[in-house]
Amino acid sequence: MKSALSQLSFARPRTLEEALTLLRDEPLVPIAGATDLYVGLNFGTLKAQRFLDITRLEELRGISVTGDRLVIGAGTTYTTIMHSASVRAHWPILADAASQVGGVQIQNRGTLGGNVANASPAGDTLPVLAVADAILQLRSAQSQRAVPFNSFYTGYRQTVLRPDELIVSIELPMVEGKQWFRKVGTRAAQAISKLVMAAVRTEAPRIALGSVAPTPLRLRRTEAALAGGSSIEDAIGVLQTEITPIDDLRSSEAYRRAVAGNLLRRFWAS
Amino acid sequence: MHDPDAPDSDESPHRLTRRGFLTQAGMAGVASVAAAMPLVGAAEAAPVPEAPDIPGTVPVALRINGTTHRIRIDPRATLLDTLRETVHLTGTKKGCDHGQCGACTVHVNGQRVNSCLRLALMHEGDDITTIEGIGVPEALHPMQAAFVAHDGYQCGYCTSGQIMSAVALLKEPCGPSDADVKELMSGNICRCGAYPNIVAAIQQVRGNTRVSEG
Repeated sequence: MKSALSQLSFARPRTLEEALTLLRDEPLVPIAGATDLYVGLNFGTLKAQRFLDITRLEELRGISVTGDRLVIGAGTTYTTIMHSASVRAHWPILADAASQVGGVQIQNRGTLGGNVANASPAGDTLPVLAVADAILQLRSAQSQRAVPFNSFYTGYRQTVLRPDELIVSIELPMVEGKQWFRKVGTRAAQAISKLVMAAVRTEAPRIALGSVAPTPLRLRRTEAALAGGSSIEDAIGVLQTEITPIDDLRSSEAYRRAVAGNLLRRFWAS
Repeated sequence: MHDPDAPDSDESPHRLTRRGFLTQAGMAGVASVAAAMPLVGAAEAAPVPEAPDIPGTVPVALRINGTTHRIRIDPRATLLDTLRETVHLTGTKKGCDHGQCGACTVHVNGQRVNSCLRLALMHEGDDITTIEGIGVPEALHPMQAAFVAHDGYQCGYCTSGQIMSAVALLKEPCGPSDADVKELMSGNICRCGAYPNIVAAIQQVRGNTRVSEG
């Protein structure tokens, strides 16, 4: 434990209303699975010292189908998602993504809302939410608003979430067409992705990539090229202009560019 | 390798453990330093308080292996550090301390979690089970016995985490093949490479004794 801060406060509300009131009155960092948070605390990169434990909030848990949408509580764990019949029926690639996050110990605790709020460009479920045109329901003590997932991120680890707001649910509108998902990592399990792609094959194909830009990225121009009848090689050319991968400890820009093109080719040939 | 935290096999009531020895030697060191300082009175130096009320600590009641422990901890303390350093249940091991190796695996309400990624305070009211809670040398859990029978370890450091994951796996949806077992055990790393024997032990307990690709 390398965090130098000795005064840490820790609130454990029982209801969503209580949690939102606490958030309104003082700056607190919400924690649920804590699977990313504690890594930051251990490495000394997390300066926060006042936390709001939202794991007890029943209002944030559960999966339902409402009209044409699959609605997932922000506090729902990867384990629940990957075994959910509703998820497997409507958004099977979300179940695939959840099953590739960490090991079972992580899946039992990590939550979908946490993956979204943590705002890592490498989050495994995020390209799925991008191609789903998911809608995030945000609540504060005073208000509720719906924010499209694809306008939630404003930059690297930056979001439009206000300090007094919680993500309460994630809604995925149903979609026709074949869904496709690939995570590329150092090994099959327990590795942060070097690259992750989610796609839906419809008349207007939807394609999103993780780990190729400061935020999860929807490839609108590549989609348009494929929808307009471009060859796959031309579409890969467009893709290369949309992504801005970097060299880091997990991979290199050159590798990510090559693999991104290969993934698009595989998806289109599938 | 001998587990540095395991008690010696000597059955005498005053058996010496490495941990107990180090703890006592440390306290003796404090006492002798205090005695050598002329300004500190013997009456002040001698008693070492059992559980000093350290500023900044908070009370918590944790139910571990069926027993409720009322303790004071630093609010930042992980469940792992609390188990080992405060409750002195040292069967749970610290490997990477950031959720990659699985050595610290325990059960919370029957589900396996990495105790290094949990704040202990988040678990008031939960049922926590550690390796000490699933079997004892005189009455091993079938999974512990299978690990012994199949040599499911070499140095033994990852073993308690492997066994806690394996015991949890018995109640999880898992296909019959060795590959299915490997997938669900992917959160536990063994640097000695005892994987084939670990899979064999788990498959024996599951009743799938077929040995496959290896």
